[in-house]
Formats: sequence, C-alpha cells, structure tokens
Amino acid sequence: MLNIHREICGYCGACVSVCPEGALELIDAWLSVDESLCIACGICTKACPLGALEVTDEE
Amino acid sequence: MKSDYDILVIGGGPGGALAAWTAARSGCTVCLIEKRPAIGVPVRCAEGVGKELLREYMDPDPRWISADIRRARIVAPDGTAVELDERKAGAEVGYVLDRKIFDRELVWKASEAGADVFVKTRAVAPIIEEGVVKGATVEFCGERKDIRAKVTIAADGVESKFARWCGIDTTVPLREMMSCIQYLVTDIDIDPHSNDFYLGSDVAPEGYLWVFAKGERSANIGIGIPASKNRPEMRAKHYLNRFMKEHYPDGKIIECIFGGDPVCRPLPCTVSDGLMIIGDAARVVDPITGGGIGNAMYTGRLAAEIAARAISAGDTSKEALMPYDTEWRTSKMGKTLERNYKVKEFFITLNDEKLNDLARSIEGINFSDITVMGLLTEIIKRNPKMLIELKGLTNALK
Repeated sequence: MLNIHREICGYCGACVSVCPEGALELIDAWLSVDESLCIACGICTKACPLGALEVTDEE
Repeated sequence: MKSDYDILVIGGGPGGALAAWTAARSGCTVCLIEKRPAIGVPVRCAEGVGKELLREYMDPDPRWISADIRRARIVAPDGTAVELDERKAGAEVGYVLDRKIFDRELVWKASEAGADVFVKTRAVAPIIEEGVVKGATVEFCGERKDIRAKVTIAADGVESKFARWCGIDTTVPLREMMSCIQYLVTDIDIDPHSNDFYLGSDVAPEGYLWVFAKGERSANIGIGIPASKNRPEMRAKHYLNRFMKEHYPDGKIIECIFGGDPVCRPLPCTVSDGLMIIGDAARVVDPITGGGIGNAMYTGRLAAEIAARAISAGDTSKEALMPYDTEWRTSKMGKTLERNYKVKEFFITLNDEKLNDLARSIEGINFSDITVMGLLTEIIKRNPKMLIELKGLTNALK
C-alpha cells in the first residue's frame, strides 16, 4: 500500500499528475490517496522531490 | 453563491483569473472557485515572466514586481558562462514577480469586472449530462452544492483532476514531470538584475538549477530535474542542498516550496462538450524553461473569448469550442511550444562534455538579430565538431 509521510510531504501535486490511476488528490492542500484506485505501482514515489511517498507491504 | 452561471472557472491562478476577468468583461455571468483558502499562496513557481508577455495583459506595477531582470546567464558544467542581455534572451529575462500579490491582483480584477469569486471551494465532481459537461459539484466550507454552467473552464493547474474526471487522460509521463524544489534565500550577494541557469549532470541532471534575483540581496534558488531521475539517496532536494552549501552557505532560507512542472507536449485536445482546459492543466508549459505564467494567461483569455462567443450563439458543443484549441496551437505560443519541445528533447541527450563544447562555442558570439536557426548555423561555423550533434536538431526544426 501507499504510505504518505505527512511530515515530509510538501503538498505540491507532482505525484498527482503522474499517477496513472488518478488515485491521488490534493484536498485543502492535503494529499489524499483513494485506496480503491491505488495499485501501488510506485510511480508517485519517484516523482516526489522530497521522498514523502513509499510503497510498503503493510496493510 | 448562485447555482447557475454562464461560465464556471475552476482554479484561481493566472490562467483562471484571466479567463474569469475576460468572460466577465464580455458580459457573461462568471463563477471562479479556488480550492485554497487564499489566492496566490502557497506560491509554487519561480515567478519569472517575460516583459512583453506580461504587458499584453496589464501594465507592470511595482507592487507585484520583485526584480527587473536585464540579463540571463547560462552556466555550463565546467563553469563557462554565456551571458545574454535583455535584447537577446527573449522570455528568459523579464520580471520576477511577487505571485502572492500578482495573483490576487488578477483575481481582484476579475471580481471587479463582475465575476463571483469563492475561495476554499473545490470541485469534487463534474456534472455531466448525456456526455456534456454542465458544471461541477463543489464543496464550499463543508457543504456540497451543484453549480451549473454553460461552459466549465478547467484551470486547476499541474495537479489538475477536473479534466480527468471528464474522461480526458491528463497523466504526465514520469520523465516529463519536473520534480522541483525552491528556496527563497536572503542575505546573499547576487546580481539583482540577472537570472542565472546552471546546467550539468552534477548540478541538475537533465534539468537546470536557477538563481532568480528577487531584490537586492535575495533570490529564488531552485531546481527541477525529471521525476525519473530522482533516487532515494539523491532527489531534487539533495541536489539543491548541495548547491546551496557550495554557493550560498550563509544564505538564510525564509521560504521553501515544492512543485511539479510538466514539460511534456500539451494535451492532444483541450476542449470537450461544455469544457475547456487551460494553462498548466492543459500542459502548455514551456518545455525548456518550465515557465507557464504567460501561457496560462494567454490560454485563459482566449478560452474565455471563445466561450463567450459560443454562449451568445447558443452552442457550447465541442465543435463550437474547438476554435480555442485550433487558435492556440497555431498561435506563436503553440508554435514555440512545439519547437521548444524538440529543442528540449535534443538538449537532454547532451552530456556534460557536449554542453561545455556548446557553451564555449556560443561564448562571445554577437547575438544581434538572433534566431534559433541563426544561432545553430553560427555554432556549427565556429565549431564544426558540433555539426553531428546539432544535425538532428536542425532537421527537427526545419
């Protein structure tokens, strides 16, 4: 699953635009993931300039 | 907040503001919504804009101009610096704005012209009836409400979702999403009239690092690298921090911003039945500089003009809105975007050695009456070794 490190996230939207499933969204400048859409492909983790996103095995 | 408008604009950046301003002036009823609690903040931009571009829309005002830029310097990996003055550098010199004030001014103008403006209001879904976009469901201070409109203009920036909800794929390829971070640094020695661009695989692989003057002793210092170049141990922020340590170790960082910048080609189509897409959401960002303010304003104004015309003719179908798409593609902006995309694709193939060669070839050239083709010819004349490197580019630009 996708883990958002909120203490690192800069709420910039780079990850939102590269997500092929449209699973990410900025709501009130707060990054939100729609788990029903996220396929944990990890593309967003690469786009983040800060390293705030991580795909983990944890449920 | 009314429930029916001629035009609904989603997003209060320069593109959205120009769309709302233009539409309101043409007599349309307009609603502009912005999801953030305030217009213009947080800034997610290096704030540079060409002087000519800006003057097409409004007279420069010292209240929102942080620096008047007269020179651009391009620094190659080996330190060779190519200096371009105002006459030669085109849109790379101009003004460094204070977007916090500038964006508010634009929205204020839209509001003065009659547009209804709502902040902290986000679109949560489009209203689509029989395949036609008829507005949006919005969330306004915790309450949901339908706003119907004859034309909806998606101006929701790089993280655009609205067009996607309407069935248009707006995904940016990873290698064409620039991963950016910028510091506003004070108490540093800079040339207050210069915008400097640093190139090289050690500084910013396949991207560039910028130092944009923001006054006498402060600057926007930032970096953009392709998202695909980010590594866990070496991300955009690591490159920038290393540059800061080497060049401005005593600078005080008083602001820190992040952002994505799409340097892909524009969307294949920027209209649909009842829908128009403008600015960063339409991916009309300059692929070389990553600059998008001027293009957002241009597409915003054009979209509103075409929308107003379509509304008064009683036809807001895709076909009726299509002149917007056709017109911007055939405009100077559209042609520049296509040319600069090819130039960008060429430049990312150059390694440091070739970049140094190129910079040394350009050094000292008299740039009077410069064109891209003229510059390439001059480089090849001075450094025939570059012929092979530049052949692909000259062919692409023919």
